[in-house]
Amino acid sequence: MSLPQRATITVTRQRRAKKRPKPLIRSAGIRLALVYATVFGVSAFALAFSLWYSTLGLLERQVDLTIRNDSAALADRYASGGLPALVTAIENRLAISPKGDAIYLLQDSQGKMIVGNLDFRPAGISPAGGWYVLPFTRQGASSTALLYAGVLSNGDQLIVGRDDRAREQLRGILQQGLLSAMGLMALLGLVGAIVIRTLFRRMIQDIAATTRAISRGDLTRRVPKTGDGDEFDELAEIINDMLDRITRLMDGVREVSNSIAHDLRTPITRARTRLEDAAIHANSAEDLRAAIETATADLDGVVAVFQALLRIAEIEAGARRAAFAMLDLSPLLLDIEDLYHAVAEDRGILLRAEISSPLPLLGDRELIQQAVTNLLENALKFSPPGAAIMFRAALTGTTIDITIADNGPGISEEDRIRATERFFRAESARSTTGSGLGLALVSAVAHLHNGVLSLSDNRPGLRAMILLPQTPELPAE
Amino acid sequence: MRILVVEDDKDVAGFVVKGLREAGHTVEHADNGRDGLFLAASENFDAIILDRMLPGGIDGLRLLETLRAQDNATPVVFLSALSQVDDRVKGLKAGGDDYLTKPFAFAELLARVEALTRRGKTDGPTTRLAVGDLEIDLLSRGVKRAGQKIDLQPREFRLLEYLMRHAGQVVTRTMLLEGVWDYHFDPQTNVIDVHVSRLRQKIDKPFELPLLHTVRNAGYMLRAEDV
Repeated sequence: MSLPQRATITVTRQRRAKKRPKPLIRSAGIRLALVYATVFGVSAFALAFSLWYSTLGLLERQVDLTIRNDSAALADRYASGGLPALVTAIENRLAISPKGDAIYLLQDSQGKMIVGNLDFRPAGISPAGGWYVLPFTRQGASSTALLYAGVLSNGDQLIVGRDDRAREQLRGILQQGLLSAMGLMALLGLVGAIVIRTLFRRMIQDIAATTRAISRGDLTRRVPKTGDGDEFDELAEIINDMLDRITRLMDGVREVSNSIAHDLRTPITRARTRLEDAAIHANSAEDLRAAIETATADLDGVVAVFQALLRIAEIEAGARRAAFAMLDLSPLLLDIEDLYHAVAEDRGILLRAEISSPLPLLGDRELIQQAVTNLLENALKFSPPGAAIMFRAALTGTTIDITIADNGPGISEEDRIRATERFFRAESARSTTGSGLGLALVSAVAHLHNGVLSLSDNRPGLRAMILLPQTPELPAE
Repeated sequence: MRILVVEDDKDVAGFVVKGLREAGHTVEHADNGRDGLFLAASENFDAIILDRMLPGGIDGLRLLETLRAQDNATPVVFLSALSQVDDRVKGLKAGGDDYLTKPFAFAELLARVEALTRRGKTDGPTTRLAVGDLEIDLLSRGVKRAGQKIDLQPREFRLLEYLMRHAGQVVTRTMLLEGVWDYHFDPQTNVIDVHVSRLRQKIDKPFELPLLHTVRNAGYMLRAEDV
């Protein structure tokens, strides 16, 4: 009692798990969208940052260079014309652009200003000179400046600089731009993510709808193709192929189960009727015994059909390949010939055997024995007295062909294709005994050995040929 | 003979036990693996009929393996619903002497069990077999009846040899197929009947007393007296 209970508990647990709301991150669409937004944001940020960095850097380097050049030019002027020439040069420059960015200050070693547009010497500049970024006030406005302080040969100090205000302003503008751009990026990323998620959903929606319908039992549904030839089309095609194969297999199973139901129902009904009839109508113990014996024989027939079906299933599963061994078919076939020669003779049929030797093969002895026996028994069953059956086996190249040809009614062209299906029986064979499983088994055995069973017209009669490669390469699948 | 039946299905076990007793055997029955193993290991039997799938934690295979590990060589016939070739191979590998799949005909089971117990007794190398006035020499492959030489095909000789080794016992068609032709499936046609009737033509027809008898619903038997 405990087992079924446990099973129920598992089922409810699963159901509960199904009902639990899906965490957002579980949605592949959201995940994809998040990845998209992150990648978009990071790349946009990297672009903006490099822009910001390189623009400001370039500006700084340019100012730097200007100051250096200016400073060098003034030093040259001093070297060629002495202090007066330097003073003139500075005054000229200040006169050209009185409101410009340029900053000049020439002072003597005591710190007294000689010429320049700075009101006082900025604090913090050492007498030894060098580069400085310092706040200053000029014409009442405060700002920062990039300064280069150089020392002339007479000990005077020349300070050349540029107002850095423009750069600061630019930095501010850029910073602001970046911030608003970031906001925009976040927005765009979000919108993009939503768009991607929607697209993604729509793309898998068809597949999801189809597979859901199929799992509910509607096997006729197929994934519609967009016709774009894209990856989703490819996927749809693969899924449709898979569904086609599943449908075929299901049809096969259905057909087989229908056949089983029919082919087994008949002898079971017969047995049952016989037993019931005997129970009601039998007048003597002998009658009863006879009825029981016939019914038992009927049931034995049912068992034989089951056995054959199981055998075919076992062969088709391919598990017996593990038991393959090297064997010589020649004595095996001669044994079969020996066994059936007498039977044929009894029925007035001539069994002509041409079995070459040796016929080495990697395979399953018992299965080949059974397959050949099936073919031979078929031929015997359908051969009229006085007819001949040809039983031939030969090795051509690396293929062994075993041929059994009779002059019976044969199988019509359209029936030949279906002859190896389970339970298939041609119209002409309906009147004879048999389960319709014989050729199905032969075909399964041939396939197991990577060979084929080919049926053709023997004019008149049937020519069945089993073609077996000597060493069956295991199939790739 | 003393036979142990280890089978959990009540109906099958009852049927088998009843049939064996009617055939004149003493029968013990166990309906699970544990009891079966206990009986098999503690008492002497001439044969064991063993189901593969048994309740009680010990299945047929394990029971037999344990038994064989104790050097117990009692002949064992598996009687199992597991009918794949692999199953049969496994059963024989574990030390089984024969393997019969369910559903089965009782005559088949009885014939096989009796054949097994006989096999155990005549294990010594024999070169000559005789039933009534029919004798065969296994070395020269010669056959004589009432001093008269009979010519047999090699396969007919093997068929006769098999029948003579089981003289006085019922031999089923399946047993002949397995023992003489090494076939492990049932053909649709009456191949065995044809061969037996040919053999009969040669060894019985010219003589007054028939040796090769047909046992209805079971098979054949070679014996000197009338059945």
